[in-house]
Amino acid sequence: MATAEVRHELFGHAEQKNYLTHSKGALSWLLTLDHKRIGIMYLIGVSAALIVAGIFALMLRTHLFYGDSSFLALKWLFGEASQYNSNKVYNQMFTLHGAIMVFSFIIPSVPAALGNMVLPMMLGAKDVAFPRMNLASFYLWVFGTGFLIVALMRGGLDTGWTFYTPYSIETDTGVVYATFGAFILGFSSIFTGINFLVTVNTMRAPGMGWFKMPLFLWALYSTAIIQVLATPVLGITLLLLIAERMLGIGIFDPRYGGDPVLFQHFFWFYSHPAVYIMILPAMGVISELISVHAQKRLFGYSFIAFSSVAIALLGFLVWGHHMFTSGQSVVVTLIFSAITFSVAIPSAVKVFNWLATLYKGSIALNTPMCYALSFIFLFGIGGLTGLFLATLSTDIHLHDTYFVVAHFHFVMVGGTLTAFLGGMFHWWPKFFGRMYNDFLGRVGCFLVFAGFNLTFFPQFVMGARGMPRRYASYDPEFQVFHQWSTVGAFVLGIGIVLSFVVLLHAVWFGRKVAGNPWGAASLEWQSSSPPSFHNFDHKPILHDPYDFDSIVYDKGLDTYVLREFMDPNQVPERVPVTH
Amino acid sequence: MAVADTAHHHDHHHDHGEFIAHHFDNAEQQFDSGKLGIWIFLVTEVLFFSGLFVAYTLWRYHHPEIFQQAHVFLDKVLGGINTVVLLFSSLTMALAVRCSQMSNNRGTAFYTLITMVCAAIFLGVKAIEYSHKWDQGILVRSLWAYTTDHQEAQWTLSKQLGISDWLVALSIIPAILLVAFIALSIIARLVANPILSKFFAGLAITVGGYFLGAVGGHIYMLNYEAQSAANSGHAQVAPLVLHADDKVATDHPTAAAHGVDHHHAGEHHDSHHPDPKSLDRDVGIFFSIYYCMTGLHAVHILGGIGFLSWIFYRSLKGHWRSDYFGPVEYVGLYWHLVDLIWIYLFPMLYLID
Amino acid sequence: MFPQILNFLGQADYVNKYVNQFSAEDGFRSKETSYWFPEQASSMAKNVDFLYMAIFWVSTVFFLVIVGVMCYFVIKYRRRPGIGPQPSSSHNTTIEILWSVLPSIILVWFFYQGAWDYLDSKFAPEGAEEIVVTGKKWDWTFTYPDGDQSSELHLVLDRPTKLILRSEDVLHSFFVPAFRQKMDVVPGRYTYYYVKPIKDGIFRVFCTEYCGDNHSGMKTWCHVHKSDAVRKEKTQWIIKDHKAWENGERLFKLNCAGCHNVNGVAATGPALNTIWGMEETLIDGTKVKVDENYISESIKYPNAKVVSGYGPVSKMQTFEGKLSNQDIDFVIAYLKHLKQPGSGDELKAAAPSAETPAAPAEPKQEPAAEQPAPSPGAGG
Repeated sequence: MATAEVRHELFGHAEQKNYLTHSKGALSWLLTLDHKRIGIMYLIGVSAALIVAGIFALMLRTHLFYGDSSFLALKWLFGEASQYNSNKVYNQMFTLHGAIMVFSFIIPSVPAALGNMVLPMMLGAKDVAFPRMNLASFYLWVFGTGFLIVALMRGGLDTGWTFYTPYSIETDTGVVYATFGAFILGFSSIFTGINFLVTVNTMRAPGMGWFKMPLFLWALYSTAIIQVLATPVLGITLLLLIAERMLGIGIFDPRYGGDPVLFQHFFWFYSHPAVYIMILPAMGVISELISVHAQKRLFGYSFIAFSSVAIALLGFLVWGHHMFTSGQSVVVTLIFSAITFSVAIPSAVKVFNWLATLYKGSIALNTPMCYALSFIFLFGIGGLTGLFLATLSTDIHLHDTYFVVAHFHFVMVGGTLTAFLGGMFHWWPKFFGRMYNDFLGRVGCFLVFAGFNLTFFPQFVMGARGMPRRYASYDPEFQVFHQWSTVGAFVLGIGIVLSFVVLLHAVWFGRKVAGNPWGAASLEWQSSSPPSFHNFDHKPILHDPYDFDSIVYDKGLDTYVLREFMDPNQVPERVPVTH
Repeated sequence: MAVADTAHHHDHHHDHGEFIAHHFDNAEQQFDSGKLGIWIFLVTEVLFFSGLFVAYTLWRYHHPEIFQQAHVFLDKVLGGINTVVLLFSSLTMALAVRCSQMSNNRGTAFYTLITMVCAAIFLGVKAIEYSHKWDQGILVRSLWAYTTDHQEAQWTLSKQLGISDWLVALSIIPAILLVAFIALSIIARLVANPILSKFFAGLAITVGGYFLGAVGGHIYMLNYEAQSAANSGHAQVAPLVLHADDKVATDHPTAAAHGVDHHHAGEHHDSHHPDPKSLDRDVGIFFSIYYCMTGLHAVHILGGIGFLSWIFYRSLKGHWRSDYFGPVEYVGLYWHLVDLIWIYLFPMLYLID
Repeated sequence: MFPQILNFLGQADYVNKYVNQFSAEDGFRSKETSYWFPEQASSMAKNVDFLYMAIFWVSTVFFLVIVGVMCYFVIKYRRRPGIGPQPSSSHNTTIEILWSVLPSIILVWFFYQGAWDYLDSKFAPEGAEEIVVTGKKWDWTFTYPDGDQSSELHLVLDRPTKLILRSEDVLHSFFVPAFRQKMDVVPGRYTYYYVKPIKDGIFRVFCTEYCGDNHSGMKTWCHVHKSDAVRKEKTQWIIKDHKAWENGERLFKLNCAGCHNVNGVAATGPALNTIWGMEETLIDGTKVKVDENYISESIKYPNAKVVSGYGPVSKMQTFEGKLSNQDIDFVIAYLKHLKQPGSGDELKAAAPSAETPAAPAEPKQEPAAEQPAPSPGAGG
């Protein structure tokens, strides 16, 4: 085999024939079965959802700038409203912020968008196992999100994203549209889950054992288990809620002898594991980012892999910790508290292993690595504050206050959103064949980091002092914290917008890069950039995803190649380049 | 250039086997993927129903009395017939899979059609059960309006046939479909497309199954009505209480004699028709659960008919070979699960004692 | 500072108006507040704060170590021209087990301490004053043992108090930050909230379960008075001198007396004069403690728990829709009064009366064994 040809096939550019230019026209995108194009459509979709829900977030933060709902900007927007109406507007804003963020953005963000693009390539496969189902999953996402938007137009939605009964039965807002939307989004998530489980099980490259998979795949696999096992329960819960609202079946409605707490059990049986649908793939992204950009084999591979599975399984046993004050029995409460603590261990193990990976590495402080480091910082806070909430006596005080709001934003935004952005900056050169402006990327990362902390750290203090969540107006003693928080939210918003601008700019104007600009060792980096329609023109060479010693820099191609395909005229160097 | 060549090469999707998708290496990988996929899907289905099973369990645990009071409304015979029909359809489904494995497309088509007809019979019987309950006001909790004084049928047609308005309403779409499928079958024959013609004929037969179930169920109800009227002098009849509405007794020619003494008959009905006043208002909760469970199950049966007709069509086309029969097997697995769920629902709802 | 400037620009009036409502000693954030917490006004507050601060410092140490190590590595091993990664082991089972197990030990302590304090705060001692808290969109009503009602909660210093929470419509949650206690108010069942105030003053009461448009307006004040007399004098009652049990008696005679005697003689249904607080044996052999949830359930769903000897199907019809929740509360007050004249009548003393008065018709008179009976409702 001619080394030169293979080098170009494996690690070169693919300007003429790649999946982006493979066919033209809107229909060739809308009806595509290619996982990469579906991934990109998902990326556009979830980013739009992020922006919509983010605008809601900024509006409600603006509203909260003053404690008595007197901020003028919103009055201009919604007319000279009375106190009563501004509460209504606020309630709808936080509900739709939550519902769209959770169901339409965070849950599909890393698995369905990044995962779709990366997973088959990491496996060395041509596509996911069921490409049609993959496309169906995307359109279900579109319809589901559409229903959430319809709910917005049909009287809005003011139940909170949790749809707690009996309020969700009584309110005159568009609960049925929204729950039906969430129901459809659930199926979208199930389809992705089934696809990933089957793809990983049956379509690994020949010779790739379970423990030779990149850890991102372990994370996606664990996530898929949760998606498949938990989401159906949400589906039936929401159907029952719709039946309750439209027919009055009486199962959740206390007026008919039903039990609202039962709804909470049903809801959290899904929605707690869903928290891990949100964070596990993010952890997988971080494992890749840290190892590649430190050029270091991941420390404790099997511990990280098994901790993903452990989190997935334990995640099913802790839903009751959302209900410590709900009137569930004391014994049940004690058990849930105990199991909740056990989830903390595998999460901590991951953080320690990431730290140990940095040891003696060659740490490039580029944009993806900056996001990975800020993930460790923010997820560290998010995870540790979880301890306050797992502990029974303190949770009774902190439950449903801003402490909880801050805690889960540290995990969901500081964790998942950070990892999502980091993952985009990491795989962007692969999927578009172009490099972004790294300096501006890092500025965006810093703004996200700083803005995020400014937004949510004050909320811990407010929460401990007793500020309840979902309050449209509040006592003046909390005003200082709310104002810092609002300022931070705008900084965070600017950071996210800047990051998107940097990425979009790169798609058209970025510097062209070849297949493997980071010196990564997992299989997707053996394709050309952007990859060809079938991912690999040449069968990828099975390779340990964390063996960076056998990846060397090739000046001729200006990219990293496997040592055996090194230009024979060059001396292989194990020293990574500094850009 | 090698890159361009290989990319071109991949554009031919079917170059390694007619039914092997381009992204699979071989038939075995494709079959295994499909099979794992359908099994995982079945797991999600089980979990989907599990929510209802949990609701059932909790309510039965905390309020056993409403289950005691409610189950007498469900007719064990009709439920039993449906159970047998579904069990039989599982058998024919298994035979269809077996035929497809032996490349016997005619056999696959035949057994698939029988399975579809069974599914439709099931729905027909279900329509009888539902319409009789709705007539009596046996509805979900908030709409609960159970009474032994039945409304007269509103529609002239319904009156003359002695059947429920609800049943007529439920049968409108099947009737339209029946006509449409027969017409399509004839048209397909006229344009010389025998496969499509057979396909639509099969669908018409399937819809016919619905009417077979509905008519059979209706006749059973009439007989039952006549019997219970004859037995009404006796002290206690077995608590198979779901019997036809009084309007059947009054309007139907054979029951006209009882209709004369309408008031008297009503009193006797009360002896084994639970007095509405003696019931907990929450009996409606049982029927909330009943309608959710059986309704969701019926939706799955409908979906199953959809999948089966796809299999039926491809059988007529002769797609199955001993090395390619995955879809038949996957639909078969789905069908067995739908049957299995009914096997659980039947004793849980009908056989409480 | 930035926020202060903004206050100055537009919000000074609002802040002043709020602050002026309270004299200095009543101030919401008086000198006794810490950085993290409002003042400690209940017997539980100290424990909660201690554990919170313990977790806080442990977490802070962990966090600083993690971030410190991270920063150190990032600086020390930053990518520099000519220097590649250095070899080091990528696996070490000992260290993995160490950093899994050592934090676990601390977690076990957190759990143990948290659960201990939680259990402490969960069960009111016998003889605690019982106040019915009714949550309704969007205000609170407090009903005292003598039937008086107020819209702000008035407690007496150092007196153990059991709040019986009830919702008229949707979910609410009763939260007093200064007490560090919170409990959901669930329609269709009663929940309980125990507190022993140890500090007099005025404290915020919030609703913390989202309940609709004016959720954020569903807040009130909890006043802790130095003594009963002060409370009597200072409270603005909505209804005064109105005994809950008298209402209950009237309702009982209208609705229940046809089948239930109050003289100890069973009729169609069991006699009800002594059942309060007792354990009843049901037809299936299980036992149930007669408390608010049981009575309420039996009135609404007579067949849910039928007492042995009156089954298998209860002859009682449901009173759901006939008796409102408020009515049922009055009937419960009456049953309490029957069992122990003086209760359900006027305010009880802090210490329970030593002897329960004799009720000759019932042979076994010892109070039911105290057990932490979880709420019997579904979904527990």
